Amino acid sequence: MNLNLNHNLNLNHSLNLDPNLNLNLDHTQNHSTPYGVYILVWLGLLTLTAITVTVAGIDLGNYTLFIALTIAAIKSYLVITIFMHIKYEEAIFKVFLLVSGMTLLIIFVLTFVDFSYR
Amino acid sequence: MVNGIDSAKTKSFYEEGTTKKSSGLASWLFSTDHKRIGLMYLVTISVFFCVGAIFGILMRLELMSPGETIMKAETYNSFFTLHGVIMIFLFIIPGIPAVFGNFFLPLQIGAKDVAFPRINLLSYWIYIIGASLVLLSLLIPGGAIDTGWTFYIPYSVRSGSNISLAIFAAFVLGFSSILTGLNFITTVHRMRAPGMTWFRMPLFVWATYATAWIQIIATPVIAITILLVILERFFGVGIFDPALGGDPILFQHMFWIYSHPAVYIMILPAMGVVSEIIPTFARRTIFGYKAIAMSSLAIAFVGYLVWAHHMFTSGMSDTARWIFSLLTFIVALPSGVKVFNWVATMYKGSIDPKPPFLWVMSFIVLFSIGGLTGLVVGSLATDIHLHDTYFVVAHFHYVMFGGTGTIFFAALYYWFPKMFGKMYNIKVASLGVLFFFISFNLLYFPKFILGYMGMPRRYYDYLPQFADLQLISTIGSWLMGLTLILIITNIVSAIIKGKKSEENPWGGVTLEWHTSSPPPLENFEVIPEVKHEPYDFSQLEEMKHGS
Repeated sequence: MNLNLNHNLNLNHSLNLDPNLNLNLDHTQNHSTPYGVYILVWLGLLTLTAITVTVAGIDLGNYTLFIALTIAAIKSYLVITIFMHIKYEEAIFKVFLLVSGMTLLIIFVLTFVDFSYR
Repeated sequence: MVNGIDSAKTKSFYEEGTTKKSSGLASWLFSTDHKRIGLMYLVTISVFFCVGAIFGILMRLELMSPGETIMKAETYNSFFTLHGVIMIFLFIIPGIPAVFGNFFLPLQIGAKDVAFPRINLLSYWIYIIGASLVLLSLLIPGGAIDTGWTFYIPYSVRSGSNISLAIFAAFVLGFSSILTGLNFITTVHRMRAPGMTWFRMPLFVWATYATAWIQIIATPVIAITILLVILERFFGVGIFDPALGGDPILFQHMFWIYSHPAVYIMILPAMGVVSEIIPTFARRTIFGYKAIAMSSLAIAFVGYLVWAHHMFTSGMSDTARWIFSLLTFIVALPSGVKVFNWVATMYKGSIDPKPPFLWVMSFIVLFSIGGLTGLVVGSLATDIHLHDTYFVVAHFHYVMFGGTGTIFFAALYYWFPKMFGKMYNIKVASLGVLFFFISFNLLYFPKFILGYMGMPRRYYDYLPQFADLQLISTIGSWLMGLTLILIITNIVSAIIKGKKSEENPWGGVTLEWHTSSPPPLENFEVIPEVKHEPYDFSQLEEMKHGS
């Protein structure tokens, strides 16, 4: 399952490299992602959901939540970059998203400093 | 000045609007002009400030002597909650950004308006809807909210008062804040005049920009928290109820994840105003421009790391308690950078102690006391003794009212001639600052001592040994009430019958002083080209020749 997932992710990445380069040259133009990429991402999301469900049944102690959140983060990354087209946008939007994402991460980590040591 | 000001020819934004008719109520309520929206915020927010202050004065009256004085315990609970909710959500959070940010951010970067003028108007209307919901929650059966402005679980789920509606109002108000932040960030990124590089932006713009980031990133957290409380109240889903697998401390985490950064929403724009006023009245370029600009961003960032210092006695883990206590001390660094740079700016300056400058002096003293006592309550060991006492109440009134509140007046007195083209009575204004400083300390300093002695906050009654200091504080509240009347009357009478002001009475050099007072609808006759550092006073000669 995991292998399959990595494969999907890598493939997805390499497929998008070329259109990305073209679009950075004139990013104001309409951009179309090939259907194949959407389908691959969709399959990737389904696979990740399957992993989440599977892992939920196994008792991993303190790591349960960590794994669930990591998978959720990967899924969000896929949706934001591909489906929401952030991959093809100007750098400033990526910076904005990164700042928000990092803040959220800090909030999670610091909250668990309390929760994990109670 | 090269931008050619001739106020005799130029129509001001009062004479020309964005609506069909340029005067009348509708021309204001439906105006997308950032200056008119800023003024509408000013009027609305000032009204709520007065309402909040009246609640505060009545609370002090109840506390004048031990036992029941003028109201019952339940009424007192509602009064301190409403005082908090109104002052926090309706006055101090929107305060400086919505009024002065709206009015001056586009002017200071040489833009015609904010990036999204209609969203700007929408944010005002959302604010009005939120404020109306707060007022509605007082009037409908069930009674006014009595949880304190922090809405702590479990009482906020059990209390029979109109909590759902009141906190939903805070939810709505949050959207107003988010939209304002969104507008400011976009405006700063996209609409700076030619030559207005990032490091030529006035420091008020930097501060408002950093604030806007907090508004956008932190506010959704309170929105989620509020919705969860409403869910708990209606459906008992158990997110915060240990009996159902929930966690009551989670509420406090979520609440403070927003509300601590919100403290910086309140104070950062005020610090920006200080960085404008000091150079103008010291006739000296700001000392450490980049350090001040970056410290705004640093405060905005560090503000996310310290929220649980509000929760040292809540029962969270020891590890979290010392980590958050340690992190809290980091906030003192960027704040210290600012204070030292302000003081260094004044060194060897040619200081002109006009009212806006006096307000700033008052701010530096009061805010320093507030900030340093913040370290006392931020230290884990001392906080255990002082938590939930008057010491905390004194601390945050020094920071919020002595800090942001004072600077709200400073900003109003500094930019008044620009906003209205008129001048207030300078002598009365200076006396106002003096009276404010005296009555402020009379009102709040005894609370430090009372808190240290063990007087808990939010009690409507107290032991006889606290009576003397409580009485001093109540007398302070009367003087404060009279002082506020003096300060506000001076402003209102100047609006109605004030003398016409000079174009640039203080000799400011940031872009808002390069246009007529009050500015025209689109701010500048010609979009200015920026060739100077923001506080380069060598421009003054050039500006005089130009006009």
